[in-house]
Amino acid sequence: MSVLVYINSNGEKIAKNAFEAVTYAKKIGDVTVVTNGKADDSMLSQLGKYGASKVMVDRSFEGIDEQQLTKMVATAAEKIDANTIIFSNDLIGKAVAPRLSVKMNVGLVAGASGVPEADGTIPVNVFSGKAYGYVKVNTDKKIIALLPNSIPVEETGSEAPVEEFEGNAGESRVTVKETKLPEGDIPLPEAELVVSGGRGLKGPENWGMITDLAKELGAATACSRPVSDSDWRPHHEHVGQTGVAIAPNLYIAAGISGAIQHLAGVNRSKVIVVINTDDEAPFFKAADYGVVGDAFEVLPRLTEAVKKFKASN
Amino acid sequence: MKILVCISKAPDTTTKISFTDGDTKFDESGVKYIVNPYDEWYALVRGLELKEAHGGSVTTVTVGTAEDEATIRKALAIGADDATRIDVKPEDASQVAAEIAHFAKEGAYDLVLLGKETIDYNGSQVGGMLAEHLDMPFISLAEKLDVEGTTATLDKEIIGGLQTVEAELPLVVSCTKGMAEQRIPNMRGIMAARKKPLNVVPASGAAKQTSFEKYALPAPKSAVKLIDPNNMDELVELLHNEAKVI
Ligand SMILES: Cc1cc2nc3c(=O)[nH]c(=O)nc-3n(C[C@H](O)[C@H](O)[C@H](O)COP(=O)(O)OP(=O)(O)OC[C@H]3O[C@@H](n4cnc5c(N)ncnc54)[C@H](O)[C@@H]3O)c2cc1C
Repeated sequence: MSVLVYINSNGEKIAKNAFEAVTYAKKIGDVTVVTNGKADDSMLSQLGKYGASKVMVDRSFEGIDEQQLTKMVATAAEKIDANTIIFSNDLIGKAVAPRLSVKMNVGLVAGASGVPEADGTIPVNVFSGKAYGYVKVNTDKKIIALLPNSIPVEETGSEAPVEEFEGNAGESRVTVKETKLPEGDIPLPEAELVVSGGRGLKGPENWGMITDLAKELGAATACSRPVSDSDWRPHHEHVGQTGVAIAPNLYIAAGISGAIQHLAGVNRSKVIVVINTDDEAPFFKAADYGVVGDAFEVLPRLTEAVKKFKASN
Repeated sequence: MKILVCISKAPDTTTKISFTDGDTKFDESGVKYIVNPYDEWYALVRGLELKEAHGGSVTTVTVGTAEDEATIRKALAIGADDATRIDVKPEDASQVAAEIAHFAKEGAYDLVLLGKETIDYNGSQVGGMLAEHLDMPFISLAEKLDVEGTTATLDKEIIGGLQTVEAELPLVVSCTKGMAEQRIPNMRGIMAARKKPLNVVPASGAAKQTSFEKYALPAPKSAVKLIDPNNMDELVELLHNEAKVI
């Protein structure tokens, strides 16, 4: 079966969720990767390690315009007669996959959390992570957008040949005026480790405890909704049912009660650590490890312990 | 400016999720529905603010049955001028997008606004699909939208940051936090909403492309392991050796 994977190669390096998408595709069939821009052949050929047998690159345009990418991926899909098209369900996948679904008249499974089952249905997260659904696609071909961080990356091959192609992407109808990428910050939706704070931390002046621990771990930072509503932290850090939904390997929550709307955004985390003075805080029911204690004492202690651990490992 | 806002209902955020008919159907008994928060708080309110600043109209559109009318009336109470309900049970995003596109083509709207996703199926699909049907640019996850003449300026989330973009109307925009502040409907709004037009139109008969065959609930969590707050070395050790996450 011929499988096409779109990956974004416009950054300094290729992100882990791209390797996840290629790994996933490899479990379904023979993988061709399509991308655009100026990335070096050497950077693109490493996708072979995760199972790509070929990389097609359209060098005639850069960027992530969703109309251009839709046309390019459609051209590539036709060229290799792809039966399945895979995206990572990141911000690019969420904009391009639905367009492509209409353009090609092919059913889309958005937010897949695993490989297809024996009966052909594909698992997805529904009700903000409170349940799974199994989706059947009624068209011959399908598009699958894979949730970041839902399958481990596997190395199965070696370098893949890179060939240029013309994706007939057309012109962009959107002009980019300015791009702000805060330096040093780890983007939250793809982060593997996340340290998060709630109203229990009392005020923005106390956030050093969170950022110190995050820095020591190499983690991204997040917060509960009241914290971003009060402008203690920026909106994009708000996790939960009405914020960002995340699925890191480790989520550390300090001073967060664990309201149902908060849990909806973090309950796909593999391991949850909760630090709270109230031993009856609902979050402890969703936690793997709990520390009943004052975050103002526990967080600095945990940061020191991580520092010690890093020094000796 | 003619603005169309797509409104969907969603189960209240505190809903306990369960399934019936051998786990093939969402159990709706006792479920309270609300307007999908992203549609209400951000898309609708920003639409109203733009109308207040530039003149024009705000129409809402919903693909749904008579059961959806309470949530549609709420959108009217918040301030939309009129509402249309496309009379069919929504089955999947491709059907919903095709129905809305069929309706929107007639209206020559300058802006089509919707929330970034619904909080039940979280698909984030309808906006992009609709934009492709209408051959309009799709600005996803916008947290700021201003219009000057026929040009829109938007801030949108990108991976790891924010981008400011400009595009000519008409556009489809999916709205997220930051776009506007929630408005609580007042008594006058609620009274006025009763008299505003809620047009019901037949569906065009778009087919669905996907279906949910069954559902499952996640396995219950095992009991939490409590760690002495004075012994963070133990926690780090467990995260390394037992959980293997650091
Ligand atoms: C429609 C809707 C959508 C919502 N969406 C979201 C969402 O997406 N995300 C979200 O987070 N919320 C959301 N909420 C809000 C949610 O219901 C809670 O109100 C919110 O999550 C509470 O935030 P919190 O835990 O930081 O604060 P609180 O509930 O005030 O909890 C603070 C916690 O800190 C603890 N604490 C106090 N002092 C200390 C200390 N010194 N050390 C350690 N612990 C301490 C307390 O014991 C308490 O458990 C939503 C609500 C609604 C109605």
